[in-house]
This record gives sequence, C-alpha cells and structure tokens, in this order.
Amino acid sequence: MQTNVLEYLENAVQKAPNKLAYSDGTVHLTFKDVSQRSLAIGTFLIDRRHINEPVLIFMKRSPETITAYYGTIYAGSYYVPIDEEMPSIRMSLIIETVKPKAMICDRKTAEVAEQMNFEGTIYLYDDIVSTEVNLHAIEAVRKRVIDIDPIYVVFTSGSTGVPKGVVACHRSVIDYIDQLSEILNVSEDTVFGNQTPLYLDACLKELFPTLKHTATAYIIPKQLFMFPVKLIEFMNLHKINTVCWVVSALTIISSLKAFDKVIPEHLKTVAFGSEVFPVKQFNLWKKTLPEARFINLYGPTEATGMSTFYEADRFFEEDEIIPIGKAFKNTDVMLITEDNQLAEPGEIGEICIRGTSVTMGYYGAFDKTNTVFVQNPLNPHFLETIYKTGDIGRKDPDGNLYFVSRKDHQIKHMGHRIELGEIEMNANRIEGIHSACCIYDKKTEKINLFYDGTTESKEVLKHLKAALPRYMVPTRIHPIAKMPLTANGKIDRVYLKSLIENGEV
Amino acid sequence: MKELIEILKGLHPDVDFENTTTLIDDQILDSFDIITLITEIDSVFDVQIPAEEIVPERFNSAKALYELIEELLEDN
Repeated sequence: MQTNVLEYLENAVQKAPNKLAYSDGTVHLTFKDVSQRSLAIGTFLIDRRHINEPVLIFMKRSPETITAYYGTIYAGSYYVPIDEEMPSIRMSLIIETVKPKAMICDRKTAEVAEQMNFEGTIYLYDDIVSTEVNLHAIEAVRKRVIDIDPIYVVFTSGSTGVPKGVVACHRSVIDYIDQLSEILNVSEDTVFGNQTPLYLDACLKELFPTLKHTATAYIIPKQLFMFPVKLIEFMNLHKINTVCWVVSALTIISSLKAFDKVIPEHLKTVAFGSEVFPVKQFNLWKKTLPEARFINLYGPTEATGMSTFYEADRFFEEDEIIPIGKAFKNTDVMLITEDNQLAEPGEIGEICIRGTSVTMGYYGAFDKTNTVFVQNPLNPHFLETIYKTGDIGRKDPDGNLYFVSRKDHQIKHMGHRIELGEIEMNANRIEGIHSACCIYDKKTEKINLFYDGTTESKEVLKHLKAALPRYMVPTRIHPIAKMPLTANGKIDRVYLKSLIENGEV
Repeated sequence: MKELIEILKGLHPDVDFENTTTLIDDQILDSFDIITLITEIDSVFDVQIPAEEIVPERFNSAKALYELIEELLEDN
C-alpha cells in the first residue's frame, strides 16, 4: 500500500525519466529533473536539520516551486506556501501562526522576505538546488515518516480576520488523487493546463496526478487569463487537453467572445468548481466543445480538495442549477439537519464530510478546529470525526447534491472563498471609521462595503487595497450617516441588503 | 479621453493614467480590471471590443486603449 506521496514521483522517474513533467512555457522540467531537484533540496534541508517542521516556500508561480514542495516532503517536513499576491499583513499572520525556522525564496522574493517579521533562515532556491544528493540521509528520514504525517499547511480566509492553516497528510492526499484521477480519466496522454495559484490546495489536481500517470502539466502564466485569445493560442500550442479551473477563468473566455476567433482544439476534459457556473456561459462552452466532458467539482480545503463530482453531459435550461453531484469513492457526504438528523430528499441540511480525505484541522488553532471537525452526531458509539463545511445543500430524489447557500457570511467570489468578516475587520481598522459592514450582492456579483465615519471613500479604498488581496477589495463603497442596527444591537444586514436591491445606494 | 480616464480612475484612483504606458507590463491592471473596463467601455462609448483586440498592446496605456475605442467607433 502506498504510504507516501513521493512514491508517485519515484515511480514516474522510473517509467518516463525524460518526459516533460512541468512547464510554464519558459522553464521545462522532466521527471528526472523534478526528482533530482527535489532530492537535492531534501538533502539540504535534512543536512540543516529542518526535519519534521514547517518550511515556508515563498517563490513565484513556476515549476521550480513545485520541486521546493517535494524537496520539503523529502526532508520529512511540510511546506507552507506564501505568495507575492498575498498582502503583507496576511503573510505576517501566517509566519506568526506557523513560526517556521526555514524559508525558501527565489531571488526576487528574497528581497521582500528580508523586510518581513521572519526570524528563521532564508535559503535561496538557486543556492540549494544543486546540493549533492545524499540518498542515505533521504532513506533514513523516509523510514521514520508515516502516512498520517503532514505534507502541507495551506491557508484559507478566516472569519475573525486571522487566516486558517489547513494541515493535510500523505494518506488524505493519496486518497484524493487516486479518486480524482479516475474521475478525470487521467493517463499518460493527459496534458494539464494549470490555472490556480500554487499556494492553494487547488493545484493538487495537477501536481500529483501528473506524477501518478506520467502526464504533463503546463502552468499557464497568469497574465494570459486577461487575454483570452492569447490564452487559447497557448493551450493549442501545447496541446492542453485537460483543465480544472475556477468558473470565472472559463467565463472570461466565453463572455469576451474569444470563441468567435479561436477554439481550444485539443481540450477534452473541462473540470470546474469553486462557484456556480452561470448556465448561459456553460451552454456556450458545451456548444463550442460538443465532444468534451464537463465535470462540476465541489469540496472544501478541509477535506483535501474536492469531495463531490457531477458530469454535466447535457445542456441546461436557464432556470436550472448544475448539481454538485455525488461523493467521490471512499468519501461520504452527509446532509445533516439542525436537529442532527440525516436530511430527507428535498430537505436542506449542512454538508458534512466523512472519510480519509478529512484533513487534520487548523494549524495552531484547536479551538477553531474543534468547532468544525467534530464527532459524527449520528454515531454515539466510537470516535469518528467529520468535517462540517458550513455549506447548506439539498439532495434530489436521484441522490444528486445541490449547493444552496453558506451558513455564515462566507462567500464565493471569482472562485475565491471569502469571509466578509475579514474585509469588515480590515475596514474597521481604518482611522475615522466607526463601523463597517460588507454585503455581497449576488445579482451583480459585487462586494458592497457600508461604513459610517469621517474617512473619504477614496481613502477607504486605498487602505483596503493595501491590506487585502485584490479579489477581496469591495467594488462598491457606500458611506452612510449611521449604521442601522437590529433590535439586539447587531448590524442590520437585511436592511443594508434591501438598500442595494432597491437601488437606493 | 476624459471619460476613459474616469473609468480607469474608478478602478485605481492612485494611478497616473495620463502618463503610464506599462499598465499591463507592470501588472497595474489585472483580469478583474480588464473585464470591468470592457463592460464599462461598452456602456459609456457603446463599443464592443472584439476578442482579437483584447491584447496587452491595447491595454498598456490609456492612450492606446482610447485609440482602439476611436478605431472601433469609426468602423461603426
């Protein structure tokens, strides 16, 4: 039985050493290159005694970054990715939470890293990647690693403003990759086009199946997603046939009418997720690529990646919703009602996940972990942890699951999971603001910020831009004379929402 | 041109759009901005920018983008 994700790499390098594994169009790494570099970095980290600890990886999105991840795993450690796209406050919070002793940077990010509140040692990727491999040391570490040891900590948005670091182990990732590969039909002919950042769990969909099946993955430069015709030309040049993208990346192409000019001629599998695919845009894709498979994926970072899938093999009516479908093999997705019963068909309940893919909770945050990683309420007999997603769903008579809404104020916007509370917290920090409240308008897909205070809205925007990732910055900012409150003194969200809906702001 | 600068200022109040010629090269504009720009240009100028014109050269400066709008207006 496989117990370590690195077995994927070791098998790949035996099978197809000279085949291209990862490329961004500029840097090209074969499986042999990936193995060599990962072993070198692993050897270096072991030599410096960075074993079984978090290692910060702060590098640009490139194939080299992936080898820094695998190198960290070779050292029996776990990678914690951060990225230039993150605001510096977020990076500081991650460093405070994880307290890493080592950080691997490229030349450009090293300059930023020098300015951070980081007390450990900064290593330059270029300096350590040519370390002479010591297989003896690598094997000695491997013998001590078991499959419930962590391989990464990735951070998601947190409701109190502090990001939460999800810890995942070998076992969960292996289970996820095995099931996902089967659903996507990954083979050695698969050519992935990666769209998601490498600092989220989303990129697991390309990283590990590429190793498992000796496929190839292209990391598509982010800039191309602004220029749809160029994007499709890139995909055609590299014969990309499989994508797992957030919906907004797909709708950019269709809504800007790129299909009038060029179509992705090799594309056979289109997996999408993280948000609802507008039916009109979906049908446009389906019409353009009638032979392709379209697969809706759903799942939280806390259950390693994706937990359910639905093969959207027909056109949908405008008033229909594409289901999120059925659970992956070896995963149980339960709908649990407020009185802790299984929901009947048609009845709504909270989506709860049971299985090997359930991760190990939030790093350094047992309180937060214990509120959502809980004993299965349906099992009073023995220890059995489930993850409560906070998503509300409903099943149709065929057992297909539909996403209904969020339980709290977490939203999905442009493929990103956002806690409105995090935006509010940052707005409340701005001098002159008394109170701030964020409302997401589903109709226009805009984040609205209401605030009362003396600060100019231009100034508010400037502050928020400095503190938040771009996708979290409100697009509409409304100063109001007095924040409306409900009877029990909470901000009256319903009233604020009605202002937007009635066009009063 | 004034209307275009106003749209751009709405996205990034702190950028000197009259003189900056590296809006794409220096990653000042991102994909959110491009989509917003295309929609706003459509509603303000009543021109639809075709996919083949959505390329870095056309969006690197306000001037280049305005020239594109003018070309499209003439074609109409």
